[in-house]
Parts: sequence; structure tokens; C-alpha cells
Amino acid sequence: MLSYALRRVLSAIPVALIAVTVCFFVLRLAPGGPFDGERALPEEILNNLREYYHMNEPLVMQYLRYIWGLLQFDLGPSMVIKGFTVSQLLAIGLPFTLMLGFTAFVVATAIGIVAGVIAAVQQNKWPDYVLVLAVMLGVIVPNFLMGALLQLFFGVYLKWFPAGGFVYGSISHLVLPVTVLAWPHAARVSRLMRGSMIEVLGSNYIRTAKSKGIGERLVLARHAMKPAMIPVVSYLGPGLSYLLTGSLVVEQIFGLPGIGKYFVQAALNRDYGLVLGTTVFYILLILVLNLIVDMVYAWLDPRVRYH
Amino acid sequence: MKFQTLVKATAIAAAFALGAASMAQAATLHLHNGGDPRSLDPQRVSGNWEDRPVSDYIEGLMTLDAKGGAILGQAASYSVSDDGLVYTFKIRDNAMWSDGEPVVAEDFVLGLQRLEDPKTAAEYAYLQYFIDNAEAINSGEITDLDELGVKAIDDKTVEITLNAPTPYFLQALTHYSAYPVPSHVVAEYGDDWASIDHLVANGPFKPVEWVPGSYIHSVKNDKYYAADTVKLDDVYYYITDDDNAALQRYRAGEIDILSNFASDQYQLLQDQYPGQAHVFPFLGVYYYVINQTKEPFTDVRVRKALSIAINRKVIGPDILGTGELPAYGWVPPGTSNYEGEQYMPAYADETYDERVAEAAKLMEELGYTAENPLTVQLRYNTNENHQRIAVAISAMWEPIHVKVELFNSDVSTHYDALTAGDFEVGRAGWIMDYDDPSNMLDLLKSGTGNNYGRYANAEYDELLAKAANEQDLVKRAGYMHAAEKIAMDEFGVIPIYYYVAKWVISPKVSGFEDNAVDRHLVRYISKSE
Repeated sequence: MLSYALRRVLSAIPVALIAVTVCFFVLRLAPGGPFDGERALPEEILNNLREYYHMNEPLVMQYLRYIWGLLQFDLGPSMVIKGFTVSQLLAIGLPFTLMLGFTAFVVATAIGIVAGVIAAVQQNKWPDYVLVLAVMLGVIVPNFLMGALLQLFFGVYLKWFPAGGFVYGSISHLVLPVTVLAWPHAARVSRLMRGSMIEVLGSNYIRTAKSKGIGERLVLARHAMKPAMIPVVSYLGPGLSYLLTGSLVVEQIFGLPGIGKYFVQAALNRDYGLVLGTTVFYILLILVLNLIVDMVYAWLDPRVRYH
Repeated sequence: MKFQTLVKATAIAAAFALGAASMAQAATLHLHNGGDPRSLDPQRVSGNWEDRPVSDYIEGLMTLDAKGGAILGQAASYSVSDDGLVYTFKIRDNAMWSDGEPVVAEDFVLGLQRLEDPKTAAEYAYLQYFIDNAEAINSGEITDLDELGVKAIDDKTVEITLNAPTPYFLQALTHYSAYPVPSHVVAEYGDDWASIDHLVANGPFKPVEWVPGSYIHSVKNDKYYAADTVKLDDVYYYITDDDNAALQRYRAGEIDILSNFASDQYQLLQDQYPGQAHVFPFLGVYYYVINQTKEPFTDVRVRKALSIAINRKVIGPDILGTGELPAYGWVPPGTSNYEGEQYMPAYADETYDERVAEAAKLMEELGYTAENPLTVQLRYNTNENHQRIAVAISAMWEPIHVKVELFNSDVSTHYDALTAGDFEVGRAGWIMDYDDPSNMLDLLKSGTGNNYGRYANAEYDELLAKAANEQDLVKRAGYMHAAEKIAMDEFGVIPIYYYVAKWVISPKVSGFEDNAVDRHLVRYISKSE
């Protein structure tokens, strides 16, 4: 298993390199550059800027310079947020994004699994309908609207939670952002869980267990839970990477310092350094997450073997 | 990764783990500021969301009063030579940086030298090109920075030499591009002097914390020479591009001042928060450029038809809903150094039906009819308001036999296309850098980078050249009025409306004054709890 993990990690390096290369050149192909804005800059000033960021060199040279820096863990300067280097921006935003993403992940997964099991056991009764409705809300309502609605009700009208902003260590500032982020994820998990639990509960070995006179709860906990989790677990990897990369809207609405927005805004600003830095980081993160999911998967289903 | 950022990262994580609480104290201003500043280095920024935190911590020789006019800042007095070329400033004896070091003439020399030094790659280097040798240094023709027309005569005397008399020079000194830098800190840290850990302030507030994507926190600088007049203890400049989210936070009482709001929220603000929305004109124009290197836009009749067929009066009040003033001329009303009557074309007084009839006739002369319309590509950068205006104008152009193809793209792509001349009609906007008509009129000079439509008229260029060398303000204004008339009569560009600034000010806040330059130093603002 260890050598399997090691092989997976090593194979991630060429994948990351290819992704960075593609990203580097595709970004340069996009029209416009980091210095195009509301007003055109005089040619001599553009020349100064290009020189400062080595953008006057041939593209291949720039690419090699970037890769060389990358090998030394230097992600280069941000061309738009000049007050910080890309590494600094990631260092400030990353702990927050991870914290927000993992909190939402844990909360949403727990709620999703419990809700899914309840809905499956109470299939076609009122708890099932209520849960389906709540789930559908999370899937149908887009996050920017959900964010604005929660802000309005809980921030402006009820004043239960702050409508936005970031204060070091404040839990109350996180309630609304985590809810917005977690809801769709909880919804998907609960639907998967419900479907797979219904299927497992109808299978032969569960019928056998029940016919042996084992109690309903014990059957659920000991026999049905583990196999029913398999589709959920295979979703958790992509789900978590979605939570970690998809925090853009939540960060924007609530004014939070994560890195999700760099991914999108930096691309629009043609901030080459920042887009690449964020991309490199996300590639590594997603590769690691997928690896972990595969390991858990194998633990849940002994039929899966490492090759 | 630097040690300090590591410490900061760990601190954030630790703070969350511990769940420590922190709360705002009295006399704290919460200001919604817009996007993430690129830097706090005055020579490396160029946006109004950067101007606000920067201008509250660094003060130039001249600074602004609450109405946006130039007043003495770090300078205690100044004198001007008879030819208007040499300005001598005496720095205040009690001007000092927040670390206790005195502000010296060298700080101003270094600030302007950094601005023009090609190595700084300052976007706004051109704003101070009227300083002797500035342009030559910035373009690399002169490599010795000491050749710049800024000299330290002694520790407390700065002498600035201009290459032409410049009536708006004192106003230009209030711009952050001309701010001093603490030479003793720059000597130690180089370009890194303006990082949050190293910077020092000579203005009323000092930034102490910057969380990218969230806020900048500045506290009152007790070493500021007028610190006793500063009423606030600290300021939070909140970072968010989402105006609606900021408005929610205002409504929840978390933010005291919004520096912008979405036009479609104006009605709600007027109904529920009467008197709190401040909408006032400031120096900027929203306009369409016509590519005059492409057929048939080379023909003045086409440009005229397109321009007069726009019903400008409905755009501000009805389409945007915030009452932007219709623009028929190029220089916004209220601009300084512009004695004389505002440009107003004859068509402005005609009824809209008359104008449409005239425009349709012009197009018919050129062979365009309802069956054979002129197809025009109209480009704009993706934004709800730009889209609404583009759709409305497409409809206004329909009766004059123009079929519009709308084309939108993100802002970088949009301006790249405008700069490259790869468009027919395109949306643009200009917010004046300083309060002088030359800043507007220079945009239509032949060969200027921002002259996207490639408007060219030798007489126009000549009048501007004359104005640039004229010391008499009335004569100078006369040349510029004549130039404006030429460009507008030839429809070199289609002005649509003059910008309005849109602020929301809590009733708890006083000292905020609407002004035409739309710059508001926090030192004049106070807040009651």
C-alpha cells in the first residue's frame, strides 16, 4: 500500500508540470494583459512594466524562468496585487480557505449522511419529503443568491449573525459563509446516501441479517452503513476539492480573505503569476485528496486492490 | 515564503483554533473601499480604492481640504518664480514620520525620483511629466535621476522646476504620485518599505494590518502635525468588489460609509434610508469611441448621426436610475481653470424626434435604409450597467437604419481591443486625474495612447500646444474651449454622460463633503456612536 501511495505521489509531479505548462501558455494566448485597464498606459511606461516583470523576454525564456523559480518554491510576484508576492498571498489566504473549506466539509458531510439515512429509512414518509425539499433548496438556489438571502435575513433583519466581514477568531462571522458553502454539498451527500442506503437495505444479506432477528438499528449500523457509504466516499474527494476551490462567491459576498477569488479574479486581471501559483497549489491539493479518497475507498470495499 | 508571512499564516490558524474574540472600540470608522489595493506604495498605485488608504497615511507638500481643493500639507509655505516655472516649498518644522524621524526635503526628492525611475515601473509616471526632465528620465533617455527638476536646497526646502508653466501644478501635488517616501526606511528596506511591517506614516493615519480580500486597518498617527484635529481613532477600509454585499453590511450596521452602490439599489436607499445616499457629479465622462480608421466611420455624417440619435436625457434618470447628467461636450462642468461657457451643441436643444429625423436623413444620404442598414459592432466590457446602456442605444439607433451587434468581453480583453484598434464602436470611460481641462482634452490629441478612436485634427493639436505654453489662465481656457468645439463639432467621440459619485453615508458620520474631485480624506470625518 505504501509503494502504491508513493507511486501515486510521484506520478503527480508530471501531471502538475503538464497542467502548469498548459496553464502558462493558455493564459498568454488570452487577449489582453495584466497592464490593460480602464486607461491605456504610455508606451515607455508599458516598457518599464514589461521589463520589471521580465515580460519583454521571449515566451520560452519566461516559461523557463517560471519553472526554475517553481523548483525553488518561488511563485514569483503578483502583477496586480503588487504589495505581496504570490507566496505571501497564498500564505495569508490559504489557512483561511482550508479552514473554511474543511469546516464546511465536515459539517456538510455529517449532516448529509445523517439526513440521507433518515430519508432512506423513512422512505416516502414525511421526514423524507421534508429532507428532499431542504436538499433541493441547496441544489437549486445558486450560492450568490443564497448568500444574499442569508445576509438579509440573519444579518439585516434578525441581526443574529454579522452580515459579513472577517475578524480573527470570531466564530459568529463564519456561520453564514459556512452555511452557504456547505448546503449544496450536504444536499448532494444526502441524496447519494439516501439512494445507496435504499439499495443496500433491499439487498439479500440485509434481509438475511434481519431474518436472523438482529434489531433494525444494529442492522443499519453494522451491516448497511459501510457498503452504503461507498458512493458517498467516492464523491467526497471531488466534493472537498469543490469546497476548497469554489469558495470564490462566498469570499466575495462575505468579504473573506481566502484564495478562491485569486483563482477567478486573477485570471480576469491576467495576473499570470497569481493564477499559476493558485493553479499549482490546487493541482497538488486535488491530487492528494484523490489519493486519500482512493485509500479510504479500499478500506471500505475489500474488493478494491492496489495495482 | 518569508518568515513574517509564515508567522502571520500561523497566527490566523491559531486565532481560529483558539476562538479568540476581538471587537471594535469607540470612534472607529468602517469604510467600504472596493477592490484589493495593489500596494500601499504611493508610486505604485493608480486607483481610487488605493488612493483612500494611501492618502490617509502619506501627505504631500499640498493636501486636500474637505471640498477637494488644494491646501498646504507638509509644506508650511511656497513661492513661485515670475515665469511660473520654479516652485520653492518650505516644509513644516513639526512635520515628522510616525517613527519620530523628521520629514526632510530628501523624502520628496526621492518620492518623485522613484516615480520617474523606469525601474519602479510606475503607471502614473506620466502624471508629473511637467516636471523638468521627468519624461526623459522615465523613458530612459536620461539615466541620472539627479537630473530631475526636483532638488533639496536644504533639509526643509524643496525646489521643483517645471518645463512649462502649469496652472494645476499645486493641485497635481495633492496626487499620490507626488507623495514623499520615508528615505530613511527606503534606505533600509528598498522597495519593500511600503509593506505593512515596515511602512511609516507622515499623514493622519497609519496602516497596521492588511488582510488581502478582507480589510486594511489604520490607526491614528499621533505624530501627525495636526493630530489634535483628527477625531477618529482608527479606520477599517473593507475590501469587497461586491457592492450589494457591502450594502447588506451597511444595512446590518457593520459599515458606516459605502464608497459605491449599484444603481438599481438607489430607490431602496431613498425609500428606506432617506438622505443617506449621496449622489453628486464628479469629474469624469462615460463615452463611446468610434474607430475613425474604419469605413464608414471616417465620414463625419455617420458619426454625427450616431451621436445625435442618442437620447442622453433618459440614460441617467431612467436607465441607470441615479440621475447622471447628459454629456454633450467633452469637459465635465465644474472643471477648474476653464473660464468661459460650457460647450453645448445646437442639437441639444432640438426635440428628440427632430434629431432622429435628421440622423435618419444623414444615413439615407449615405445609402443606408431600413432594408439595407449599417451593421455596427458595439463592444463593451462585461458589466450590467454597460449592457443596459448598450441595449438602449442599440434601440435608439434602429430608426436611423443602424443594426447593432453587441459584443462584450472582460475588461482586459476589451481595452486590449480598443488599444489595438480592433473595434468599430466601443465603450470607454475617463475619470480625470487632476482638476484641469487639459486632462480631458489630451485624450483626443493625435497619437495619444488613450485616443482609442484615433481622432486626429492638426488644428486641435495646435490649440492644445498653444494652451500648454500659455500662462494667462483666461487665454489658455480660450484655446482649450476652441479645441473642444472642434473635436465635438466633428464628433470625434460620443460623450454620453458625466459620471456621478455614489456614496452612502450613515447619519452617525459627519464631515463628509460631496466634491467634484471625489476625494475625501478621513481626517475631516467624525463619527458619533
